[in-house]
Amino acid sequence: MKDADIKRLFYVHIFCIVSIILTTFIPSFFLEDFSVLETHLTWLCICSMCVAIINVVLYLQVKPNPSSKRSSIFHKISRLLKSCVYFFISCLLFHAIIVLYGAPLIELMLETFLFAVILSTFTTLPCLCLLGPNIKAWLRVFTRNGATSIWDNSLQITTMSSVIGAWLGAFPIPLDWERPWQSGQRKGCSYEAGDHRIQAPSAGEKHRLYPVTFTTIWNNQRVTHQIFLALETGWLWCPLQITQPSHPPASFLKYTILT
Amino acid sequence: MLKALVLLFLAWVCFLFYAGIGLFTSGFLLTRLELTNHSSCQELPGKGTLVGSGRGEPGACWTVPRFSRAVIVLIDALRFDFVHPWPAGPPAPQPFLGRLSFIQHLLEAQPQHARLYRFLADPPTTTMQRLKALTTGSLPTFVDAGSNFASYAIQEDNLIAQLNNTGRRVVFMGDDTWEGLFPGAFSQAFFFPSFNVKDLHTVDNGILEHLYPTMDRDDWDLLIAHFLGVDHCGHKHGPHHPEMAKKLNQMDQMLQTLVEQLENDTLLVVAGDHGMTETGDHGGDSKPEVMAALFLYSPLPLFPGASLKDPEVVPQVNLVPTLALLLGLPIPFGNIGEVMVDLFSGEGDTQPLATALAQASAYHLNAQQVSRFLHAYSLAAQDLPPEELQHLQNLFSSASSEYEQLLDQLKTGEVREADIQALISQLRLFLRGARTACTETWARFRPARMIGGTILLASTCLLCLITSRLTSSPDFPFHCLLLRAVVWGLAGAVLLAGGLMAAGIGLEPSLLCAGSAATSLIAFLWALKSRESSSMTVFLPGPLPILVLLFLRSAALFSDSFVVAEAWAAPFLLRSLSLFLVAQLHWEGRLLVGVSTACLSSPTASLARREGPRALGLLVGLLLCVRLSILFHRCPEETPVCQSSPWLAPLATMAGGQAKNLWYGACLGTLGVLVLAVRFWLRRCGNLNSPAPPVLFVRWGLPLMALGTAAHWALASGTDEAPPRLQALVSGAVVGLPRAVLALAAIGLGLLLWQPVTVLVKTGASSSNHIIVPFVGPPASQADLDYVVPQIYRRMQEALRGKLARGGGQTPLALAAYGLGSVYSAAVVTALALLAFPLLLLHTERISLAFLILFLQSFLLLQLLATAVGTPAGSPGPFSVPWLAISAWALTATQTFYSTGHQPVFPAIHWNAAFVGFTEGHGSSPVLPALLVGANTFASHLLFSVGCPLLLLWPFVCEGQGSTKRKKTLASGTEVGGEKEEEPLMEMRLRDSPHHFNAALLQLGLKYLFILGVQVLACVLAASILRRHLMVWKVFAPKFIFEAVGFVVSSLGLLLGVALVMWVDRAVGSWFKQLILSQER
Repeated sequence: MKDADIKRLFYVHIFCIVSIILTTFIPSFFLEDFSVLETHLTWLCICSMCVAIINVVLYLQVKPNPSSKRSSIFHKISRLLKSCVYFFISCLLFHAIIVLYGAPLIELMLETFLFAVILSTFTTLPCLCLLGPNIKAWLRVFTRNGATSIWDNSLQITTMSSVIGAWLGAFPIPLDWERPWQSGQRKGCSYEAGDHRIQAPSAGEKHRLYPVTFTTIWNNQRVTHQIFLALETGWLWCPLQITQPSHPPASFLKYTILT
Repeated sequence: MLKALVLLFLAWVCFLFYAGIGLFTSGFLLTRLELTNHSSCQELPGKGTLVGSGRGEPGACWTVPRFSRAVIVLIDALRFDFVHPWPAGPPAPQPFLGRLSFIQHLLEAQPQHARLYRFLADPPTTTMQRLKALTTGSLPTFVDAGSNFASYAIQEDNLIAQLNNTGRRVVFMGDDTWEGLFPGAFSQAFFFPSFNVKDLHTVDNGILEHLYPTMDRDDWDLLIAHFLGVDHCGHKHGPHHPEMAKKLNQMDQMLQTLVEQLENDTLLVVAGDHGMTETGDHGGDSKPEVMAALFLYSPLPLFPGASLKDPEVVPQVNLVPTLALLLGLPIPFGNIGEVMVDLFSGEGDTQPLATALAQASAYHLNAQQVSRFLHAYSLAAQDLPPEELQHLQNLFSSASSEYEQLLDQLKTGEVREADIQALISQLRLFLRGARTACTETWARFRPARMIGGTILLASTCLLCLITSRLTSSPDFPFHCLLLRAVVWGLAGAVLLAGGLMAAGIGLEPSLLCAGSAATSLIAFLWALKSRESSSMTVFLPGPLPILVLLFLRSAALFSDSFVVAEAWAAPFLLRSLSLFLVAQLHWEGRLLVGVSTACLSSPTASLARREGPRALGLLVGLLLCVRLSILFHRCPEETPVCQSSPWLAPLATMAGGQAKNLWYGACLGTLGVLVLAVRFWLRRCGNLNSPAPPVLFVRWGLPLMALGTAAHWALASGTDEAPPRLQALVSGAVVGLPRAVLALAAIGLGLLLWQPVTVLVKTGASSSNHIIVPFVGPPASQADLDYVVPQIYRRMQEALRGKLARGGGQTPLALAAYGLGSVYSAAVVTALALLAFPLLLLHTERISLAFLILFLQSFLLLQLLATAVGTPAGSPGPFSVPWLAISAWALTATQTFYSTGHQPVFPAIHWNAAFVGFTEGHGSSPVLPALLVGANTFASHLLFSVGCPLLLLWPFVCEGQGSTKRKKTLASGTEVGGEKEEEPLMEMRLRDSPHHFNAALLQLGLKYLFILGVQVLACVLAASILRRHLMVWKVFAPKFIFEAVGFVVSSLGLLLGVALVMWVDRAVGSWFKQLILSQER
């Protein structure tokens, strides 16, 4: 049972990673002047949509927690509506937290909100898919002894790694993005070899470069997310496989490949 | 553990830190005093007349001008080997070799017109410092302690100022750094932005566009063209790139065209301000960086003989006196350069005697000026060694008298050339000696001291870490170890002093302190190691998140961008820390109830029911406070893109009208809220009922202080609007009110120290309920007292509760002590409020809002920490404050520094604070204004370090609050079990176990010092490792200075806070004694 679960989990994550990678390339075939840096808002939208769809479809297919008690059509619709409301509330909550963290309140509201949506797709959506719109169950999962199944474990790790990735994404913001020679193609390199004149790197004009920085945050988060996804799959895989003495070498091999 | 011992130990650790900082500073931060004296045209630097004096001639000051005009072409980063002649024929192996072939051509074709020198720049080889040196003739250091930190304009005497004084016109084109250095000094100027180093051509093409038309006109006397392309090419590609060849070819072309347009009365100077390394950078003191090129050319023959095979080495400052005398200007007052003798050869080399005489005259003028400068400088500052000065003075006076003799001989008869040459060499000896003395004092790092200071700081941090772990063990012999360390330290200091005296070096306080600190530190660590070998293993400060936080905090100090962005980084980390705290609370299942009751035992669940929503509310409040405090951000520099908060300006600058009144109202409201909040909190804890003088002061004195502050603000913001009759009154009040507030605060603090116990004792009608004392007679020993005190306290609490819960009646009251449970924190909070008002007064009006946020935020943080981390839950000790709480506290202090409108750069200091209460200025003493400005700048450091003991006390205070709530519900409900329940002892729990209390205070102090010390250590490391970084003078050195001074202020505040708590503890002890005596009567 566990083995099968792990396999399913593995495929789900593989699909997620592939979809994220594909969203950076595929849209340029359909859209006219699409690029990750220039039209970052479109890209963010597309990416979040894709990940959301894939998440929902896969989890519905895999169905780790089949809820078979009541399955009337009315009940299903109410669950769906509830999930949508929860998702929206979580977007608003994330938005509020980001603003409290220092994002500008009025200008660039759209960027901030999209960032909140992205974060929600990576954290709230899997919760919704796996646990349903049941806040008590969510809160239970995120305690020390709360994880009862491998799916709960996976939920813990993906959510935390997404949040940590977003947090790490804030680190490049203070670097001198506003230099004219940096905001273009060459980013972040050799700013310190810059000028001999004693002039401080002016800390202003952050707001104009906010989009660029934003993309960096997002990139960073995505990368961390993927790393953590891979790590997590491997990490879950390894000890559980080793407990079954049938084929430890194979599992070890898979583990090394994954990490 | 004794109280005095705790204080002494903390003071000793502080001393170790200070010694480390002092040692590092003496090696890193070389200072020089900027003198504002100016040379004047009419007044010679010394006595005597001039040979062949042309006084009275137009345009002549100290000498006859040799040239009426000059063109200075400054090619940034023109290294010497870029110009060095390369034999024609084989192609040069490097792209930068042999490109300036026109210079080579001039040198060969007209040896009497042109000459090439090696131009030796002094480190730091950064453009701004070099420009200062090239115009003032002095050696700029890290901190030029001038009268005005607020701008970069050169205050010292300089060539440009002398030209302006004598009515000459200066035209400038090129690098816009000059604009900041010489604002408004140019009759015509074409500035081009210099900051974009990837752009090789904008500045150069801009200059070329204006250069030739200006050359054709004659509305200028000095033309300066500062080209940046070569330097930018070095930064972008390095010197070995083909682009460098193109750039140098362009310069060659430019020079060729320029020389063709040159008129006969014009001198051409082509100079590099510094060189570059093999990678194209500069700033340090390696040979390729300091070796620039200097090329002089005159259309008329200038030099006596042919040039040497190997070009002479000329220090950069020598250009200043040379140019001054050649153009007939006074030499700038602070110049320490020496005239370049080749250029004063008279008319050709036909008359060797006349040539030598002219040279001697120039040298003598130069020497007189340098001697005058040395004299003025030694009067103003003591950093030049006195014996060296004496030696130089002797040299100068003997040379000067010889010169007088020579002049006399010249009148009467013949003089020999050899005599003049001897005189010249003597004058030269004096000038070089003076320059060497200045260089040694001003422009040299001392790596040994820097390393020593860093090591001392690091090992003191380690010491803090180790001993903070050891404080909880009861039998650790701190007094022996401390005594030993102090004795060793004194011995080390005496030995070092003896050694220094024997070696003939003067006693230097920083060296002595460092020596004694090092010996005592070694003695302590050695004793520790021999005593407990196991305890020497390095402990990590706290759990992983704190380590990550500390690491991020320190690592951020190594990047200039992050230092500049610290105003955002500190709140970011603080928010993350508090979020992490609450998330961890949830992870452990203590935040919200009903999650899964199966895995939680019932007591924790009940705990969670109480804590959960409260912790969330506190978190949201804290985040909001932090977010709001950013509204008072100030930009580190006046740049167009970054806008400082408009609320930092004083109200007096506002246009008046509705908005001004509204703001004033808001500030008044803030004052009122601050006063009321302190009163409310004291009342809630029960401390406001006491008749003790500090409480009376809080009731009446604090509102009075607020009133005084408000009146001062009203007058200060509307001084101009006052009617003329009241002008005198208003100006008197503007001076008097701040002093009155300060005096009130001092009185309040004095009262607080006099009677710090703010407890109200009420004796009931009949005291049938006696205290059961197990012994007869007065308490004989400390042990007895320790036993009795809790008894009394419990009894009093019982009585108090009886009154509260049952409303009087059944049991007659014996004793009721209100506010005994929060007696320590009440004293600390009162002290903080008393400190805050004078500090508020030093800031501009609207920053009072930031202060309100500060108080609110620290209150929320304390509550959150008490809720989430430190619940002492009935344990009798050992108490300890977790690392997380202390890191959060230190972060809040940093964040508040920024949110009260400060930045760690010198132009951002609030200088106006020096004039609060002293509108007329201070006279000559710099102590008082420095104190006022320091108090303004480090207000947050001071407040937070004095309030540091609250971290230890607050959980106990909160314990009381929690239980009163519970009791109320109980009382309203069943009334059963109220008596049986254990009373919250609150802060008396600390008093119950005095050993643990003292140990906890010591540990708290050590941990706080460790966190601050690690920050200073990171700053020190950043400044020393990156001392060749471009931003070292602009970012890292100021950051280090602010961090070091902040550390000193914080540690003093910490000592004060800990001492206050101990003082209160002592007073509480004597209070108990009195109580027992009165009970027995």
